[in-house]
Amino acid sequence: MSESRPDSTPTPTPTPTSVSTSAGGGIAVRTLARLAGCRSSTFLARFAANPAGKLALLLLALTLLTAFAGPFLAPQNPYDPAALDILDARLPPGSAAAAGGTYLLGSDEQGRDLLSAMVYGLRLSLLVAGAGTGLACLLGAALGLTAGYFGGRWERLVLALADLQLSFPALLIALALLALSGPGLPKVALALAASQWAYFARSARVAALVESGKDYIAAARLQGLSHARLLWRHLLPNCLPPLLVILPLQLAAAISLEATLSFLGLGAPATEPSLGRLIANGFAYLLSGQYWISLYPGLLLTLAVTAITLAADRLAAVLDPRRQEG
Amino acid sequence: MTFILRRLLHGAWVLLAVSALVFAALYVVGNPVELLVDPQADPADTARTIAALGLDQPLWRQYLTFLGNAARGDLGTSFIHGVPALSLILERLPATLELAASALFLALLLGIPLGLWAGLRPTSLAGRLIGAASTLGFALPAFWVGLMLILVFAVQLQWLPPGGRGETREVLGLSLSVFTLDGWRHLLLPALNLALYKAALVVRLVRAGSREALAQDYVRFARAKGLTESRVVTGHVLPNTLIPVVTVLGMELGALIAFAVVTETVFGWPGMGKLLMDAINALDRPVVVAYLLFAAALFVVLNLLVELLYGWLDPRVREGRQ
Repeated sequence: MSESRPDSTPTPTPTPTSVSTSAGGGIAVRTLARLAGCRSSTFLARFAANPAGKLALLLLALTLLTAFAGPFLAPQNPYDPAALDILDARLPPGSAAAAGGTYLLGSDEQGRDLLSAMVYGLRLSLLVAGAGTGLACLLGAALGLTAGYFGGRWERLVLALADLQLSFPALLIALALLALSGPGLPKVALALAASQWAYFARSARVAALVESGKDYIAAARLQGLSHARLLWRHLLPNCLPPLLVILPLQLAAAISLEATLSFLGLGAPATEPSLGRLIANGFAYLLSGQYWISLYPGLLLTLAVTAITLAADRLAAVLDPRRQEG
Repeated sequence: MTFILRRLLHGAWVLLAVSALVFAALYVVGNPVELLVDPQADPADTARTIAALGLDQPLWRQYLTFLGNAARGDLGTSFIHGVPALSLILERLPATLELAASALFLALLLGIPLGLWAGLRPTSLAGRLIGAASTLGFALPAFWVGLMLILVFAVQLQWLPPGGRGETREVLGLSLSVFTLDGWRHLLLPALNLALYKAALVVRLVRAGSREALAQDYVRFARAKGLTESRVVTGHVLPNTLIPVVTVLGMELGALIAFAVVTETVFGWPGMGKLLMDAINALDRPVVVAYLLFAAALFVVLNLLVELLYGWLDPRVREGRQ
């Protein structure tokens, strides 16, 4: 189906009117569908064409619903110290709370309702990982596209820097940055971006090299368009598919990495725990058999990472015409 | 020969860049006095240290001094332990290498048979389960799996100790755990934890490789010759799946050392990763800096060795380099 599009100017795909998803999800699905060169409904049908796709969609919906609707349904605001009762600390799952209600999944060492803390923690984890990966994608795309487009010394510099990043594991780069700059979630997002941008830069550069050689770019050049317009309006839209395939994979990796950094005490503070920090808080009580503080946040973390990984696999299959048959 | 030279130059550039970045983080972004001088020292001591460290010198000069010291193996002195930071790291290195090597061994021990099984019988129940398990192996957060291993095997079943290194024995000047039963009991869980992700990776590679090999002519010919199925698998399928395994595991060696930081923290394994986390928590900056530079050098050397190994294993790579 989608061969190389002749130009980036509005694709002839008609915008479908009846998409029964929420606004944000609708826009995301529509954008992806346009890149795959089909309608939103066709795109979703193709995405869910096999059991793995259906499972991915289900888990993804569950994760996003928990993260974004969960805080409105959670029994307690775990970030509000007034809502916590320290006497209720470390109660096993199903215990009655002093203020009424039940700690369905138990409470943590500060008397937080674990279920509420997990729901808020998941949102925090997704936000930080999303910010870091988004920043990495922007930075990587900008560097990679300009490198592929202009070539020369700039290209060599970008490649050398990307090479430098890729010679070290992401965890070590993030650890190094946080060890030298101190802990905190905004710094974690920056560290995630610094340890991931090279993946985006590399594939953006390759895509830009391939696209630059095509006739439509030559035609746009002959029209006398400025470099900025050419890069932004013509090159970038046609280089998006490979970037969008890496994006969710890196997001899944970033969620794991954020959790690991928070577990090591370099990310979220104890008062506003992300999932990794919650697990770390429970670590101290594991040996005395109070398993729930570490167990349940870890399960939620696994759910989120699995959902995004599976969705990324399906997305790659749907966006890549060569793998369309399956 | 020119290839080795080129890689050596590349390694030197990586090290130089890392040292410049660490230097920049220490001296330009932060206040070096705060970072390098023990905050508990009295003012006279502080002034003396500033002069001794050359912090009153121009920046380029400080960088050259920093480089010169690093090249001579002087990476500063630990605030906490009062000994050279590098010697602390070298003291902890064998424990980390032992853990990483055991994890690598376990990953292959688990990954190759499971991957072969899944590749040879892709539609069987076991084959599907192995595939699903390897997907989960990628998604499971390693540190959490470590905690769950402790919960199950140390707290509930009480079969294995929850952490520490256990009894070690001196072998060739290194104290290692693998030569005592107690050492093994302590090593098993952390090594399994560190191996999990790599095992999932090996399963994937071997599964994909063996499926591909099964469709090749040389396997059809081997079968046509009347070889038994086990001969076909061990003689023709397996060897061809191992090239990507070596390639990818080579690239993942560095990640193994880096992730040892997490595993060592979870299991209280006294390697250099735990040393790093203790140093970060205690604000022992010289040890942090020394760890980063040492890890960078270690990765450069590892990458070089792995690249040389490819050439030796796979003649096609050797040809391509000339």
